[in-house]
Amino acid sequence: MSSTNEKSDKPVITAKIDGFFLHFYNIAAFVGRFFREAFRPPIEWGEFVRQCYQVGYKSLALVTVTGFITGVVFTEQSRPTLSEFGVTAWLPSLVAIAVVRALAPLIAALICAGKVGSSIGAELGSMKVTEQIDAMEVSAINPFRYLVVTRVMAMTVCLPLLMFYNALIGCLGSYFDVHAHEQTSLVSFFDNAFAQITFLDYTTALTKAILYGFTIGIVSCYQGFNASQGTMGVGKAANVSVIVSMFLIFIEEVIIVHVFNSIR
Amino acid sequence: MKTNGHQIDMNETVISIRNLYKSFGEKHVLQGIDLDLHKGENVVVLGRSGTGKSVLIKIIIGLLKPDAGTVNVLGEEVDKLEDAALRALRLKVGFSFQSSALYDSMTVGENLAFPLTRNNRDMSKEQIRKTIDIVLEAIGLPGTINQLPSELSGGQKKRIGIGRTLILRPEIMLYDEPTAGLDPITSMELNKLIVSVQERFNTSSIIITHDLTCAKEVGDRVAVMDEGKFIREGKFDEVFSEKDGLIKSFYDYNFIQ
Repeated sequence: MSSTNEKSDKPVITAKIDGFFLHFYNIAAFVGRFFREAFRPPIEWGEFVRQCYQVGYKSLALVTVTGFITGVVFTEQSRPTLSEFGVTAWLPSLVAIAVVRALAPLIAALICAGKVGSSIGAELGSMKVTEQIDAMEVSAINPFRYLVVTRVMAMTVCLPLLMFYNALIGCLGSYFDVHAHEQTSLVSFFDNAFAQITFLDYTTALTKAILYGFTIGIVSCYQGFNASQGTMGVGKAANVSVIVSMFLIFIEEVIIVHVFNSIR
Repeated sequence: MKTNGHQIDMNETVISIRNLYKSFGEKHVLQGIDLDLHKGENVVVLGRSGTGKSVLIKIIIGLLKPDAGTVNVLGEEVDKLEDAALRALRLKVGFSFQSSALYDSMTVGENLAFPLTRNNRDMSKEQIRKTIDIVLEAIGLPGTINQLPSELSGGQKKRIGIGRTLILRPEIMLYDEPTAGLDPITSMELNKLIVSVQERFNTSSIIITHDLTCAKEVGDRVAVMDEGKFIREGKFDEVFSEKDGLIKSFYDYNFIQ
């Protein structure tokens, strides 16, 4: 009995292992194709600009609100502890360090993964299941260059901009809170805030944002481009795009922090 | 040879398929297909759903790879072509999808302009507009340039889908179930369009269908497919002169309709 089970189980396990490595190979091939296609002319500038508008401009409102609230809440949460030691004057630099080093890249990335990643996954997934991607292929158009390269590039370019904008708004939120309690002037607040930020902090934040943007773009495009099973596949592509992007963002966060802290 | 007002050159073969096999897992979809398409000819591939008709034309255009056999299109062996050469060949072969596959975020004009601008980047806006107008007039939908696909009927979508392939002036047209899901009157109009495309643009076509009326109206030759093989081939009247087995069920089904 047990030998029969062993015999019948073995191919299933083998198939799962094969499937895992095949999936891994497909993703690696997708990333490889991106780098091959990205720098080969003609570049689809029109579609790239349209995607930058979708990724960047259309996320501005959400990034503004969350950035502002983050700044205010972080300041409110930090004040009691700092006032115990009588160092509330450190609030601007504490907030700036936290926002630039960690919060702004993560918040901007998570917002984009949720808002833009799901939208890319669903859009490309829908195009895949309704044969619109095949229609490009048979019209002698390279759908990878038109759909994938432009979206991944737009995410990679726009996320750092959104991140710095988010950091600025976060500091502004913190300023309003600090100004209300400690009557600090705007110039004094920002002098204190940025005095402690080093070039390495900006580099870390920029590296994170570029990598997160690229990750969200690649994951969402891969899921959409390989969607199947009709409308169910479209929903799955959108859903998996968000989950996998967020998961990878946190893994990358840990790795980047370790790497840059070893340099610091 | 002259049929229905258009010239067929039996000495020039534009598509030649030999011993073609394709399987998906355990399912053997194509099992040794041989087919020739001559210049100026319309060949209809008839068969029930799931017999591998659409797989056949997707292999011809290079969307799917065959397991065995050769597909020669305009002198090129499709599955051996590099990406650039395959794209160059696709400029000469139009493909009309069963679902129309129009880009739903673009207007009709943008749908038609898209393949044109991507493949002829030097064209001026006036030239593009003029070409679109010619194609819209040819497919009988001149006033739809600013409409979105969601505002069109099923028949209109099929016409725009055909127009989008015609805009590149292909030598060969591949139609996947052109009349599927349409009412008899719209189907008849579409059959007329397929014949007029053949005459006006001098194309050779393979039409995949399970619609006997379509096969009779547009086909110079009919090939009946069953379980991945052609079981009968010839002129419509010859193929349907002996009504036995699958041929009889096809005839009865269409007669009842």
